[in-house]
Amino acid sequence: MAVKVIIPTPLRLYAGKRDSVECGAGTVGEALRHLTTTYGDLRRHLFTEDGKLRSFVNVYLNDEDIRYSGKEETPTKDGDTISIVPSIAGGLSFGAA
Amino acid sequence: MADAPTLKINPDLVARIRAHGAETYPHECCGALLGRDPTGDVATTSVAGVKMASREILALFPLVNRRDDSPRNRFSVTSDDVRAAEKAAELQGLSVVGWYHSHPDHPAEPSDFDREHAWPWYSYVIVSVANGVAEYMTSWRLSDDRSGFACEDVVIGDAAAK
Repeated sequence: MAVKVIIPTPLRLYAGKRDSVECGAGTVGEALRHLTTTYGDLRRHLFTEDGKLRSFVNVYLNDEDIRYSGKEETPTKDGDTISIVPSIAGGLSFGAA
Repeated sequence: MADAPTLKINPDLVARIRAHGAETYPHECCGALLGRDPTGDVATTSVAGVKMASREILALFPLVNRRDDSPRNRFSVTSDDVRAAEKAAELQGLSVVGWYHSHPDHPAEPSDFDREHAWPWYSYVIVSVANGVAEYMTSWRLSDDRSGFACEDVVIGDAAAK
């Protein structure tokens, strides 16, 4: 089944300058793996070195944050749209993380 | 060596960023930078570090720092806030091209924490605020390999107000 992954503007350079990619995937995780296998330079901006989604990277299936559904195991269906949205964080190096 | 990218911004917007930093002191302020990038949706950085074209900030979208546990040294903007900023930009025919935040009583230089929570392409503006008074303002872009930030030239001028 085909799902559409919207590539956020800052990461389009790493996805062949495309604003979206369609791929076959049964879960959100499969779609993201397909995306980062096809466009290897995207991987480091979405995932940590041990393969976990970076803490500031949020993924929506249609309008649902997958954090509150099945996370990366959230099943997809034909025609679904996946969006990648950062939460922005920063600050000084001292004190609480 | 890559040429430094350039960020154009008018004095009024600079004053508003500085005022936001002073207003929230000793806590960090944060907001979105709305504007235009001449390259459109295409980032102009590369692994080889080619020249990055200048971009122009035309509006701000101040946000609430969601970190209530350590707001003096952290700021956080939720993905819902990011989507709201993107919507606000779209309504003005602009794009979210970066983010600003303050460093209370600390230099306007990105920290490791900033680097770990950044993406390339965005401009990250930092204003240092010492004893409640806004001082230096700098802007940075993350490298393609996430190893560090490059400082970008901030050009302050009324031409950006068009």
